[in-house]
Amino acid sequence: MFEFLKKPQPTDGLQGRLLEARGIGLELSGRRILRDVDMTVEPGRITTIIGPNGAGKTTLLRILLGLQAPTEGRLLRRPGLRIGYMPQRIVVDEVMPITVQRFLALGGRAPRDELRRVLGEVGVSHLLEQPVQSVSGGEMQRILLARALLRRPHLLALDEPAQGVDVSGQGEVFQLIAALRDRYGCGVVMVSHELHLVMEAADSVVCLNQHVCCTGRPEAVSQDPAYLRLFGHSIPPGVAVYTHHHDHRHDLHGDVVKDVAPDREEC
Amino acid sequence: MDDFILRALLGGLAVALVAGPLGSFMVWRRMAYFGDTLAHSALLGVALGFIIGISVNLTVIVLCVSLAMLLVVLQRQRRLASDTLLGILAHSALSLGLVAISFLEGVRIDLMAYLFGDILAVSWNDLWWIFAGGLVALMLLLVLWRPLLAVTVHEDLARVEGVRVSLVSIGFMLLIALVIAVAMKVVGILLITSLMIIPAAAARRLSSTPEQMALLAAVIGSLAVAGGVWGSLEWDTPTGPSIVVAAAVLFAVIFALPGMGALKRVVARR
Repeated sequence: MFEFLKKPQPTDGLQGRLLEARGIGLELSGRRILRDVDMTVEPGRITTIIGPNGAGKTTLLRILLGLQAPTEGRLLRRPGLRIGYMPQRIVVDEVMPITVQRFLALGGRAPRDELRRVLGEVGVSHLLEQPVQSVSGGEMQRILLARALLRRPHLLALDEPAQGVDVSGQGEVFQLIAALRDRYGCGVVMVSHELHLVMEAADSVVCLNQHVCCTGRPEAVSQDPAYLRLFGHSIPPGVAVYTHHHDHRHDLHGDVVKDVAPDREEC
Repeated sequence: MDDFILRALLGGLAVALVAGPLGSFMVWRRMAYFGDTLAHSALLGVALGFIIGISVNLTVIVLCVSLAMLLVVLQRQRRLASDTLLGILAHSALSLGLVAISFLEGVRIDLMAYLFGDILAVSWNDLWWIFAGGLVALMLLLVLWRPLLAVTVHEDLARVEGVRVSLVSIGFMLLIALVIAVAMKVVGILLITSLMIIPAAAARRLSSTPEQMALLAAVIGSLAVAGGVWGSLEWDTPTGPSIVVAAAVLFAVIFALPGMGALKRVVARR
């Protein structure tokens, strides 16, 4: 609870990047969550973290955002970095009377016209005066995106942005994100498991399964043996990925690997 | 109007004005029992004040804040649930306070006044303390308002947006401690929480923004104080409990009102 007393993070050697993770690892009560993760987030580019369930994607994002302290490694962050964050799912308790307008203003003061304009950008300007509790899951995602954009962020951090959106709407969500990146000129880091749609929208992909299996441009990653081992060759898009149920022992292609910790080669 | 009634009303209204907005936060953050626990510990603070020989108000604040910190630390462990911990601390602190007071020799403490309040005995001196403390609390609440609201709605989001969550939480606990010390004289430590929770809960049904709820809670609290003081003079009942009963009646009436939709729209248009 006294994290405000801690020294600021070192920021040397960022070379214009927004964020850089160096050898990040996390172990919680004896359980290994992440190991030796290196990744960077560049301004104006979309970096997408993909990986099976339980791969530690959300945890990695939380570490990048400073919401969770890693047990190993260093996180470099550009000084004064302004982040717009869209968490996975928000439920505002009924006991709090709050309209969409008031909810948006919590992220920072903004004139009403500005609120309406940004809500319009994400396609839900008609919700401005509604109670937050009355909107649907997909609408809430867009409201959260609007709140993030209102901060004029250098970096947009999105956790499963297409969650709660039906399959036909998911492509639209990723197109919207790409368009917003162009308009605001911000960097984007997001977590997703919607492989094919994500691959189209990303400039760079980090394939994660507790450690970084492979990373690079989407075309390169989708041909990478490590990626193919993790996700299979010709899987249908979307939910099919869920049926794989990986664990960190990488046993999905038949070889049962003994109960050892994973490493880079074994992906 | 008699002087003592005027003082009672002034003191009670001052407390209600602060307790309403703060109580709204306690309702939103599900901290009713937390506040109750801190209030229970206030008696120990009173005893300490007499033992050390300094201002009781000061020791009450210090003790409440210390207990709040202790709770934060204890809540980190997972073996006992929060409400169990609160139950243990609330009643241990209250009993410790009673035991400590019994050891005090040569000092006569009106226990009932501390437990249930003695608003009709509020002196001008007490009143200045209530005004000063209440004003500080209101200003602190004003400064904390937006970050505290952001943290209450979604902590992670607020943190990423740059809110210093720990600082805000500590500030909030300080506020609760301060208001307990301020309100002690009016409704007593066993009933303080009700003056924060009941008006806020009643205001929920009539509000569509957090600010409306906080202001309405202050208004409903003030009505309860006025009604309670009047009732206690009329029927010769204890004043602190009468104020709480008045608040409960207001709550019940507001909840039982039919067709609240129309009224809510009127309030929302303001």
